[in-house]
Amino acid sequence: MKKLITIFTFIVLAFFANAQNVKMADVMKESGKIYVVIAVMLTILGGLVLYLIRLDRKISRLEKNK
Amino acid sequence: MRKSWWKILGVLLLVYTFIAGLLIEVPRNPQLQETIRNLFFHVCMWMGMMILFIVSFVRAIMYLRTNKHIHDIASRQYAGVGILFGLLGYLTGAIWMSYTWIDSNKSIFNSFDTIAREPKLIGAAIALLVYAAYLVLRDSIQDIDKKARISAVYNIFAFAMLFPSIWIIPRLLDSLHPGGSEGNPALDPGSASANMRLVFYPAIAGWTLIGVWIATLKIRMKIIHEQKLSQ
Repeated sequence: MKKLITIFTFIVLAFFANAQNVKMADVMKESGKIYVVIAVMLTILGGLVLYLIRLDRKISRLEKNK
Repeated sequence: MRKSWWKILGVLLLVYTFIAGLLIEVPRNPQLQETIRNLFFHVCMWMGMMILFIVSFVRAIMYLRTNKHIHDIASRQYAGVGILFGLLGYLTGAIWMSYTWIDSNKSIFNSFDTIAREPKLIGAAIALLVYAAYLVLRDSIQDIDKKARISAVYNIFAFAMLFPSIWIIPRLLDSLHPGGSEGNPALDPGSASANMRLVFYPAIAGWTLIGVWIATLKIRMKIIHEQKLSQ
């Protein structure tokens, strides 16, 4: 019985250890720096969308002028 | 801007994807770690590509049924944006795999020989090359009606090639990529948690809408161009 409990404890411990050992960007999220990445990505997305909108407007104008 | 509500919707969905995609809790997978978030970007490129190719295929059939030139233009432009999405999917996949599939016991060069045998990479390359041949075929024919008819027929063939090359064969063979001989490459409920799917599905819709937007712009540009030529 004692042996069984030991084995069981080891398995549980191993499981938790494994779950904790997976390295994620926890520190980055704690320090808040992940928002910098989001800001950069949103800026790029915004630039691309603005480009598309301008293109769309320009084409609409050409369609009217023909 | 014309009929803009779905364009705004697409942009909003992408803004949501970029924010939620980086902030939500994701499963702690020892191999993928934070790169699991690439699901919202890399996989969505392929989903967008498939949807754009389906639209291109439908417009090709519509051209063959009605002989209206507009369907031919649309079919060509949707295929073009689909290829762009496919290339972006391939490039992002190449970046992703070089951090998650590399065998740490071997050199990068030596682990590349298993990666090069990936059935999904080969299948996707075949599919993209078949579509690239569509563009070459189109440009090699001078006569406008002949060009439209032959490329519409070839488009149907290219779409049919998607079935074996990216939907069937990769699912039959073992692979490093998720969804090898078991499950689904992208939509497997076992590999993505429920809150990841809350971002994943809107992300597919957002990226696809942006692709459709680009395609409609190119169609309208092409129409103006042809009207100028005929004047």
